[in-house]
Amino acid sequence: MQAETLWLIVLGCGAATFFWRFLGVVVVRRIDANGAIFQWITCVSYAMVAGLIFRMVIMPESELAGVSLVIRIAAVVIAFAAYFLFRRRLVAGVLAGGVSLSAMVLWFG
Amino acid sequence: MRKAMLDALSLPAFILLFTMMGFGSLARGAGFGADMAAIATLFIWGLPGQLAMVELTTTGQGIVAIIFACSLANARFLPMVVSFVPAMSRGRSSLLGRSLDAQLLSINSWAMCLREFPNIDTRFRHRYYITFASCILMAAVMGTLFGYHGAVLLPAAVVLGLIFVSPLFFALVLAAVPGCAQRLSMVLGCATIPVANLLFPSIDLLITGLVGGSLGFAAGKFWKTFDAS
Repeated sequence: MQAETLWLIVLGCGAATFFWRFLGVVVVRRIDANGAIFQWITCVSYAMVAGLIFRMVIMPESELAGVSLVIRIAAVVIAFAAYFLFRRRLVAGVLAGGVSLSAMVLWFG
Repeated sequence: MRKAMLDALSLPAFILLFTMMGFGSLARGAGFGADMAAIATLFIWGLPGQLAMVELTTTGQGIVAIIFACSLANARFLPMVVSFVPAMSRGRSSLLGRSLDAQLLSINSWAMCLREFPNIDTRFRHRYYITFASCILMAAVMGTLFGYHGAVLLPAAVVLGLIFVSPLFFALVLAAVPGCAQRLSMVLGCATIPVANLLFPSIDLLITGLVGGSLGFAAGKFWKTFDAS
Protein backbone atom coordinates (compact mmCIF):
# COMPACT_ATOMS: atom_id res chain seq x y z
CA MET A 1 0.00 0.00 0.00
CA GLN A 2 1.07 3.60 -0.55
CA ALA A 3 2.50 5.67 2.28
CA GLU A 4 -0.41 8.16 2.12
CA THR A 5 -2.94 5.35 2.48
CA LEU A 6 -1.07 3.87 5.44
CA TRP A 7 -0.90 7.25 7.16
CA LEU A 8 -4.61 7.65 6.57
CA ILE A 9 -5.21 4.26 8.19
CA VAL A 10 -3.07 5.11 11.24
CA LEU A 11 -4.67 8.51 11.82
CA GLY A 12 -8.14 7.18 11.06
CA CYS A 13 -7.70 4.39 13.61
CA GLY A 14 -6.46 6.94 16.16
CA ALA A 15 -9.52 9.11 15.59
CA ALA A 16 -11.85 6.10 15.67
CA THR A 17 -10.45 5.04 19.04
CA PHE A 18 -10.60 8.57 20.39
CA PHE A 19 -14.30 8.61 19.42
CA TRP A 20 -15.03 6.08 22.22
CA ARG A 21 -12.89 7.93 24.73
CA PHE A 22 -14.62 11.20 23.92
CA LEU A 23 -18.03 9.56 24.11
CA GLY A 24 -17.03 8.32 27.58
CA VAL A 25 -16.15 11.88 28.63
CA VAL A 26 -19.50 13.16 27.34
CA VAL A 27 -21.46 10.37 29.03
CA VAL A 28 -19.69 10.86 32.36
CA ARG A 29 -20.79 14.52 32.44
CA ARG A 30 -24.40 13.50 32.12
CA ILE A 31 -24.68 10.76 34.68
CA ASP A 32 -24.56 10.67 38.46
CA ALA A 33 -21.36 9.01 39.72
CA ASN A 34 -23.32 7.33 42.50
CA GLY A 35 -26.28 6.31 40.37
CA ALA A 36 -27.35 2.97 38.93
CA ILE A 37 -26.32 3.79 35.35
CA PHE A 38 -22.78 4.52 36.44
CA GLN A 39 -22.60 1.27 38.41
CA TRP A 40 -23.92 -0.65 35.43
CA ILE A 41 -21.34 0.86 33.04
CA THR A 42 -18.61 0.10 35.58
CA CYS A 43 -19.73 -3.54 35.67
CA VAL A 44 -19.74 -3.62 31.85
CA SER A 45 -16.17 -2.33 31.73
CA TYR A 46 -14.98 -4.88 34.28
CA ALA A 47 -16.65 -7.71 32.37
CA MET A 48 -15.08 -6.51 29.11
CA VAL A 49 -11.58 -6.24 30.51
CA ALA A 50 -11.84 -9.59 32.32
CA GLY A 51 -13.10 -11.19 29.11
CA LEU A 52 -10.20 -9.69 27.17
CA ILE A 53 -7.66 -11.09 29.64
CA PHE A 54 -9.39 -14.47 29.69
CA ARG A 55 -9.27 -14.55 25.89
CA MET A 56 -5.56 -13.67 25.88
CA VAL A 57 -4.77 -16.60 28.20
CA ILE A 58 -7.27 -19.30 27.21
CA MET A 59 -7.88 -18.55 23.52
CA PRO A 60 -4.84 -16.54 22.40
CA GLU A 61 -4.35 -15.33 18.87
CA SER A 62 -0.69 -14.54 19.57
CA GLU A 63 2.25 -16.97 19.47
CA LEU A 64 0.94 -18.26 22.81
CA ALA A 65 -1.55 -20.35 20.81
CA GLY A 66 1.34 -22.77 20.20
CA VAL A 67 1.74 -23.40 23.94
CA SER A 68 -0.52 -26.13 25.33
CA LEU A 69 -3.50 -25.01 27.40
CA VAL A 70 -2.32 -27.10 30.37
CA ILE A 71 0.98 -25.19 30.51
CA ARG A 72 -0.79 -21.82 30.27
CA ILE A 73 -3.21 -22.66 33.07
CA ALA A 74 -0.43 -24.12 35.23
CA ALA A 75 1.57 -20.89 34.81
CA VAL A 76 -1.45 -18.80 35.87
CA VAL A 77 -1.89 -20.96 38.99
CA ILE A 78 1.81 -20.62 39.82
CA ALA A 79 1.62 -16.84 39.33
CA PHE A 80 -1.34 -16.46 41.69
CA ALA A 81 0.30 -18.77 44.26
CA ALA A 82 3.49 -16.68 44.21
CA TYR A 83 1.47 -13.45 44.36
CA PHE A 84 -0.33 -14.47 47.56
CA LEU A 85 2.75 -16.18 49.02
CA PHE A 86 4.80 -12.99 48.70
CA ARG A 87 2.18 -10.78 50.34
CA ARG A 88 0.45 -9.64 47.18
CA ARG A 89 3.55 -8.41 45.40
CA LEU A 90 2.76 -8.01 41.70
CA VAL A 91 6.39 -8.45 40.69
CA ALA A 92 6.58 -11.83 42.42
CA GLY A 93 3.47 -13.14 40.71
CA VAL A 94 4.36 -11.86 37.25
CA LEU A 95 7.95 -13.12 37.46
CA ALA A 96 6.90 -16.57 38.72
CA GLY A 97 4.27 -16.90 36.01
CA GLY A 98 6.49 -15.74 33.14
CA VAL A 99 9.51 -17.77 34.19
CA SER A 100 7.50 -20.92 34.86
CA LEU A 101 5.84 -20.64 31.44
CA SER A 102 9.22 -20.32 29.72
CA ALA A 103 10.61 -23.24 31.76
CA MET A 104 7.65 -25.48 30.97
CA VAL A 105 7.90 -24.66 27.27
CA LEU A 106 11.59 -25.63 27.31
CA TRP A 107 10.85 -28.80 29.28
CA PHE A 108 7.72 -30.15 27.62
CA GLY A 109 7.23 -28.06 24.52
CA MET B 1 5.01 12.29 41.60
CA ARG B 2 7.57 9.80 42.68
CA LYS B 3 5.26 6.94 43.62
CA ALA B 4 3.67 7.01 40.17
CA MET B 5 7.02 6.84 38.40
CA LEU B 6 8.22 4.04 40.65
CA ASP B 7 5.00 2.08 40.19
CA ALA B 8 5.23 2.53 36.43
CA LEU B 9 8.90 1.65 36.14
CA SER B 10 8.71 -1.32 38.49
CA LEU B 11 6.74 -3.45 36.08
CA PRO B 12 4.12 -1.97 33.73
CA ALA B 13 6.67 0.01 31.70
CA PHE B 14 8.66 -3.13 30.98
CA ILE B 15 5.58 -5.14 30.16
CA LEU B 16 4.52 -2.51 27.62
CA LEU B 17 8.03 -2.30 26.23
CA PHE B 18 7.86 -6.01 25.39
CA THR B 19 4.27 -6.22 24.21
CA MET B 20 4.70 -3.21 21.93
CA MET B 21 7.84 -4.82 20.49
CA GLY B 22 5.50 -7.48 19.17
CA PHE B 23 3.32 -4.79 17.61
CA GLY B 24 6.36 -3.03 16.11
CA SER B 25 7.57 -6.11 14.30
CA LEU B 26 4.06 -6.92 13.05
CA ALA B 27 3.63 -3.35 11.78
CA ARG B 28 6.83 -3.66 9.83
CA GLY B 29 5.61 -6.91 8.30
CA ALA B 30 2.41 -5.16 7.20
CA GLY B 31 4.36 -2.44 5.38
CA PHE B 32 4.01 0.45 7.83
CA GLY B 33 6.95 2.82 8.35
CA ALA B 34 8.70 3.10 11.71
CA ASP B 35 7.24 6.59 12.18
CA MET B 36 3.75 5.30 11.38
CA ALA B 37 4.09 2.46 13.91
CA ALA B 38 5.25 4.87 16.64
CA ILE B 39 2.44 7.33 15.88
CA ALA B 40 -0.05 4.44 15.90
CA THR B 41 1.00 3.50 19.44
CA LEU B 42 0.89 7.14 20.51
CA PHE B 43 -2.48 8.03 18.97
CA ILE B 44 -4.45 4.79 19.08
CA TRP B 45 -2.96 3.64 22.39
CA GLY B 46 -4.97 0.45 22.61
CA LEU B 47 -3.29 -2.78 21.57
CA PRO B 48 -6.32 -4.82 20.44
CA GLY B 49 -7.23 -2.05 17.98
CA GLN B 50 -3.64 -1.67 16.82
CA LEU B 51 -3.42 -5.41 16.17
CA ALA B 52 -6.70 -5.35 14.25
CA MET B 53 -5.33 -2.50 12.14
CA VAL B 54 -2.12 -4.36 11.31
CA GLU B 55 -3.81 -7.70 10.64
CA LEU B 56 -6.42 -6.27 8.29
CA THR B 57 -3.83 -4.17 6.47
CA THR B 58 -1.76 -7.32 5.91
CA THR B 59 -4.75 -9.09 4.41
CA GLY B 60 -5.40 -6.07 2.17
CA GLN B 61 -8.80 -4.85 3.41
CA GLY B 62 -10.22 -1.45 2.51
CA ILE B 63 -9.48 1.62 4.64
CA VAL B 64 -13.03 1.96 5.99
CA ALA B 65 -13.15 -1.70 7.02
CA ILE B 66 -9.79 -1.40 8.79
CA ILE B 67 -10.74 1.73 10.70
CA PHE B 68 -14.11 0.25 11.64
CA ALA B 69 -12.52 -2.97 12.94
CA CYS B 70 -9.93 -1.01 14.93
CA SER B 71 -12.68 1.12 16.43
CA LEU B 72 -14.75 -1.92 17.45
CA ALA B 73 -11.72 -3.59 19.00
CA ASN B 74 -11.17 -0.49 21.13
CA ALA B 75 -14.81 0.21 22.03
CA ARG B 76 -14.06 -0.82 25.61
CA PHE B 77 -12.67 2.69 26.16
CA LEU B 78 -16.21 4.09 26.45
CA PRO B 79 -17.12 2.19 29.64
CA MET B 80 -13.52 2.38 30.86
CA VAL B 81 -13.49 6.19 30.69
CA VAL B 82 -16.91 6.43 32.33
CA SER B 83 -15.88 4.22 35.25
CA PHE B 84 -12.50 5.91 35.57
CA VAL B 85 -13.13 9.68 35.54
CA PRO B 86 -15.19 9.88 38.77
CA ALA B 87 -12.55 7.79 40.58
CA MET B 88 -10.07 10.63 40.08
CA SER B 89 -12.54 12.87 41.94
CA ARG B 90 -10.57 16.10 41.81
CA GLY B 91 -9.29 15.91 38.26
CA ARG B 92 -9.74 18.44 35.50
CA SER B 93 -13.36 19.14 34.76
CA SER B 94 -13.29 20.92 31.38
CA LEU B 95 -14.27 18.94 28.30
CA LEU B 96 -10.85 19.46 26.71
CA GLY B 97 -8.92 18.54 29.86
CA ARG B 98 -10.95 15.40 30.35
CA SER B 99 -10.57 14.44 26.70
CA LEU B 100 -6.80 14.69 27.08
CA ASP B 101 -6.98 12.53 30.21
CA ALA B 102 -9.14 10.03 28.35
CA GLN B 103 -6.66 9.89 25.47
CA LEU B 104 -3.94 8.76 27.91
CA LEU B 105 -6.04 5.95 29.36
CA SER B 106 -5.08 2.31 28.71
CA ILE B 107 -5.91 -0.97 30.45
CA ASN B 108 -2.65 -0.69 32.39
CA SER B 109 -3.31 2.72 33.87
CA TRP B 110 -7.01 1.96 34.32
CA ALA B 111 -6.41 -1.20 36.31
CA MET B 112 -3.40 0.12 38.21
CA CYS B 113 -5.06 3.40 39.23
CA LEU B 114 -8.33 1.79 40.31
CA ARG B 115 -6.19 -0.48 42.47
CA GLU B 116 -3.96 2.26 43.90
CA PHE B 117 -6.42 5.18 44.20
CA PRO B 118 -7.86 4.10 47.58
CA ASN B 119 -4.34 4.51 49.02
CA ILE B 120 -3.78 7.91 47.42
CA ASP B 121 -5.07 11.24 48.68
CA THR B 122 -7.74 12.61 46.32
CA ARG B 123 -5.63 15.73 45.72
CA PHE B 124 -2.82 13.70 44.19
CA ARG B 125 -4.79 11.13 42.18
CA HIS B 126 -4.87 13.10 38.96
CA ARG B 127 -1.16 13.78 39.11
CA TYR B 128 -0.46 10.13 39.90
CA TYR B 129 -2.51 9.04 36.90
CA ILE B 130 -0.90 11.48 34.46
CA THR B 131 2.62 10.60 35.58
CA PHE B 132 1.97 6.86 35.49
CA ALA B 133 0.23 6.96 32.12
CA SER B 134 2.93 9.15 30.50
CA CYS B 135 5.70 6.85 31.73
CA ILE B 136 4.15 3.74 30.29
CA LEU B 137 3.19 5.49 27.06
CA MET B 138 6.82 6.49 26.53
CA ALA B 139 7.92 2.92 27.23
CA ALA B 140 5.33 1.67 24.74
CA VAL B 141 6.54 3.98 21.96
CA MET B 142 10.13 2.92 22.65
CA GLY B 143 9.07 -0.73 22.56
CA THR B 144 7.31 -0.19 19.23
CA LEU B 145 10.49 1.24 17.71
CA PHE B 146 12.71 -1.50 19.20
CA GLY B 147 10.40 -4.16 17.87
CA TYR B 148 10.23 -2.47 14.49
CA HIS B 149 13.97 -2.45 14.12
CA GLY B 150 14.26 -5.98 15.53
CA ALA B 151 16.54 -4.77 18.31
CA VAL B 152 16.68 -7.98 20.31
CA LEU B 153 16.53 -11.59 19.25
CA LEU B 154 15.55 -13.75 22.18
CA PRO B 155 15.03 -17.53 22.42
CA ALA B 156 11.45 -18.57 21.58
CA ALA B 157 10.68 -19.85 25.09
CA VAL B 158 11.70 -16.50 26.62
CA VAL B 159 9.58 -14.56 24.11
CA LEU B 160 6.57 -16.71 25.03
CA GLY B 161 7.16 -16.00 28.71
CA LEU B 162 7.31 -12.26 27.97
CA ILE B 163 4.09 -12.30 25.95
CA PHE B 164 2.41 -14.20 28.77
CA VAL B 165 3.42 -11.61 31.34
CA SER B 166 0.98 -9.04 29.97
CA PRO B 167 -2.36 -10.83 30.62
CA LEU B 168 -0.91 -12.22 33.83
CA PHE B 169 -0.22 -8.72 35.11
CA PHE B 170 -3.78 -7.56 34.39
CA ALA B 171 -5.22 -10.68 36.02
CA LEU B 172 -3.21 -10.11 39.21
CA VAL B 173 -4.03 -6.39 39.35
CA LEU B 174 -7.75 -7.06 38.92
CA ALA B 175 -7.72 -9.80 41.55
CA ALA B 176 -7.55 -6.99 44.12
CA VAL B 177 -10.65 -5.17 42.85
CA PRO B 178 -13.25 -4.64 45.57
CA GLY B 179 -17.02 -4.89 45.24
CA CYS B 180 -19.06 -8.03 44.74
CA ALA B 181 -20.87 -6.72 41.64
CA GLN B 182 -17.54 -5.90 39.98
CA ARG B 183 -16.06 -9.29 40.86
CA LEU B 184 -19.13 -11.10 39.65
CA SER B 185 -19.04 -9.14 36.40
CA MET B 186 -15.47 -10.24 35.84
CA VAL B 187 -16.29 -13.90 36.47
CA LEU B 188 -19.32 -13.69 34.21
CA GLY B 189 -17.24 -11.89 31.58
CA CYS B 190 -14.81 -14.82 31.55
CA ALA B 191 -17.74 -17.23 31.24
CA THR B 192 -19.31 -15.27 28.37
CA ILE B 193 -16.27 -14.62 26.18
CA PRO B 194 -15.79 -18.19 24.82
CA VAL B 195 -19.40 -18.31 23.59
CA ALA B 196 -19.33 -14.73 22.27
CA ASN B 197 -16.03 -15.37 20.51
CA LEU B 198 -17.47 -18.47 18.84
CA LEU B 199 -20.69 -16.80 17.69
CA PHE B 200 -19.60 -13.20 16.97
CA PRO B 201 -15.78 -13.08 16.78
CA SER B 202 -15.59 -9.43 15.71
CA ILE B 203 -17.75 -8.00 18.51
CA ASP B 204 -17.10 -10.63 21.18
CA LEU B 205 -15.78 -8.12 23.73
CA LEU B 206 -18.80 -5.82 23.37
CA ILE B 207 -21.18 -8.72 23.88
CA THR B 208 -19.12 -10.00 26.80
CA GLY B 209 -19.23 -6.61 28.47
CA LEU B 210 -22.96 -6.14 27.99
CA VAL B 211 -23.97 -9.66 29.03
CA GLY B 212 -21.43 -10.23 31.84
CA GLY B 213 -21.66 -6.67 33.14
CA SER B 214 -25.45 -6.51 33.13
CA LEU B 215 -25.79 -9.88 34.87
CA GLY B 216 -23.11 -8.92 37.41
CA PHE B 217 -24.82 -5.59 38.03
CA ALA B 218 -28.24 -7.23 38.46
CA ALA B 219 -26.82 -9.88 40.78
CA GLY B 220 -25.07 -7.19 42.84
CA LYS B 221 -28.36 -5.30 43.21
CA PHE B 222 -30.21 -8.49 44.14
CA TRP B 223 -27.49 -9.36 46.64
CA LYS B 224 -27.86 -6.02 48.41
CA THR B 225 -31.64 -6.29 48.75
CA PHE B 226 -31.11 -9.86 49.86
CA ASP B 227 -28.61 -8.72 52.50
CA ALA B 228 -30.89 -5.95 53.72
CA SER B 229 -33.94 -8.16 54.17
